[in-house]
Amino acid sequence: MSGITSIHLVENALLVSIHDDVTDTEIIDLQDTLSHRISEENVRGVVLDISALEIVDTFVGRVIAQLAGISRLLDAETYVVGMRPAVAVTLVELGMYLPETKTALSLTHALSQLRRA
Amino acid sequence: MHFRSCGVPNAPDTSPLTVLARLSLKTSRDVVAARQTVAREMKARGTSTIRVTRFATAVSEIARNAIVHGDGGEISICIDARKEYLLVECRDRGRGIGDVEQAMIEGFTTAGGLGRGLGGARRLSHGFEIVTAPGEGTLVRMSAKL
Amino acid sequence: MPHSSTVNILHILETDFSMIVEEWLGTQVHEGVKRSDLFSDAESRAQNAELLKSFAKGVRNAAVDGDFDLEDAAWEDLRAVLADVTKERVKRGVTPTEMATFVLALKAPLFGRLEARLNDDPASLIREVLLVTRLVDAFAIYTNEVFIAEREQVIERQREEMLELSTPVVELWDRVLTLPLIGTLDSARAQEVMENLLQTILERQAEVVIVDITGVSTVDTQVAQHLLRAAAAVRLMGAECIISGISPMIAQTMVQLGIDVGTVSTRSSIRTALADALKTVGYSIQKNRDS
Repeated sequence: MSGITSIHLVENALLVSIHDDVTDTEIIDLQDTLSHRISEENVRGVVLDISALEIVDTFVGRVIAQLAGISRLLDAETYVVGMRPAVAVTLVELGMYLPETKTALSLTHALSQLRRA
Repeated sequence: MHFRSCGVPNAPDTSPLTVLARLSLKTSRDVVAARQTVAREMKARGTSTIRVTRFATAVSEIARNAIVHGDGGEISICIDARKEYLLVECRDRGRGIGDVEQAMIEGFTTAGGLGRGLGGARRLSHGFEIVTAPGEGTLVRMSAKL
Repeated sequence: MPHSSTVNILHILETDFSMIVEEWLGTQVHEGVKRSDLFSDAESRAQNAELLKSFAKGVRNAAVDGDFDLEDAAWEDLRAVLADVTKERVKRGVTPTEMATFVLALKAPLFGRLEARLNDDPASLIREVLLVTRLVDAFAIYTNEVFIAEREQVIERQREEMLELSTPVVELWDRVLTLPLIGTLDSARAQEVMENLLQTILERQAEVVIVDITGVSTVDTQVAQHLLRAAAAVRLMGAECIISGISPMIAQTMVQLGIDVGTVSTRSSIRTALADALKTVGYSIQKNRDS
C-alpha cells in the first residue's frame, strides 16, 4: 500500500481518503486491505472520502461497487462521501449509478448515519 | 496528425496542431499522468469543470485500455490552431479490435470489466474515432471543446 | 492604383465629398429614414462622412470589376464603420428596412454627378452606374447581415437569461432545497438544471432536494429519463431526491410508458414532499391551536 491513501479507524468505522493520483494498482490493493481490516477489526462501516478525486471512471467505479458488496457480505456498510458534482454527472452518464453503495454529503453525515443504524 | 474526422468543424486537414504533451503508457501510473495532464491543460484554458471532468474521464478509459488490452502505447495531447479544441491521440501496440461496433456496445467486455469503457468514452467526448485492425494495434482519436 | 473604370467615381468622391454627404443626408430625409428623433444632425452627418470616407478608400484600393469581393482587405474599414453604424442604429430601434434605405440613398447623389460628368459618353455612364449600384447594394446587404447577427445575439442572450431564470434552486429550509420545474425539459435544459442543482447541494450542504414537476407540461420517456438521471446524480453526491407534483395523468403516462422510477421517492404534491423532507432533516410541522 503506498502512502497516498490513508486509513483511520474512527468510531468503529474505517475512514479512507482517496487521493487524486491513486492508480489502478493501488485501488485494487486498497480493496484487498479494506476487506481484511473489515473482517479483522469487526468494523460497522467503511467511509470512502472521494472529495479529492477529480474523476471516477468505470474502473474506479467498479472497484467502489465491489467494495460495497464485499463489506455487506462482512456485515458492514460502505459510504461514499464528498463526490464532486461533475463526477456525479459523469458517472450517471456512464450508466454507473452505484446502487449498492450508500452515499453521504460528508464524513460527518456518514458517521451520524452509521451511529443511527 | 489529422483530426478532421475527429469532430472538429471547419478544421482544414492541414490545420496545424500544437503538441502540448506526449506521454508513454506503460503502467497504471501513466494513466493518472495522462488524465491529469489533460485536465490541467483544459483548466489552464478556462474550460468548465464539467467539461474537464467528462473528457479527463474519457481519456482515463482509453489510456487504461491501451495498457490492459494493448501492451502499452503512447498518448499525444494537442491543441488546434484556433485553440478551440483539445485533441488526444492514443496509440497502442496490441492485437487490435476485431469488431469495433461490437466493442462499442454497452456491456461488451473481453477483460471481465463492465464493458462501459469504450462506449462511455465516446459519449463523453466531442469527437471520437477508432482506427484498428486485428494484429495492428489500435489508434483512438478524441477531442473536447475548450 | 485606381482602376480605369473607377476614375470618374473616384474623382467625384474626392472633389465633391462634403456636398455628397449633404445630399445623401437630404435623400435620407426625403425617404423618411434619417430618424432625426433618434440621431442629432451632427451625429448623422458624422456617420455619413465616415462611411463615405471609407467607401472612397475602398474604391481607390479594391478590385471593383469581376473580382469585387466585400470580404477583400481593402473594404475592411468600410465593413468596420458599417458594422458600428448598424449596431448603433439597431440599439436605438432603427428597422432593417430603414437601415437598408439609409445606405441605398447614397446612389442618388452619386448617379446625379456621374450623369453630369459623363453626359457625352453613355457607355461609360452605364458602366459606372452599374458599378456603383453593385457596390452600394453589397453594402446594403452587408448591413442587413450585421443587423440579423446583432438580433440573433440579443435572442441568444435572452434565451440564456430565461434558462437561468427558469431553473431557480430555492432553499426551503436548512438543508432542504427545492427545484420547481416549469415548462418543457429538453436535454440542454436538463443538463443545465442538473449542474445547477448539484452545485447548490454542495454549497448549501443540502440533505434533501425536492424536484417539483407540477409545472412541467408533458412527461415522456425522455423527460422521465432526465429526471431519473438527475435523481441518481443527487444520490451519488449523498443527498436525497424527492420528485413531487406527479399528477394522476403523469402517473398514468409513466406507467403506460413502462418507466421504472426504481428507488427514487415520488410524491403527488410538494406539500407531502416538504413534510417528508423536514422529517429527514429533523423537523416536524405542528399545529399550535385550532383556527
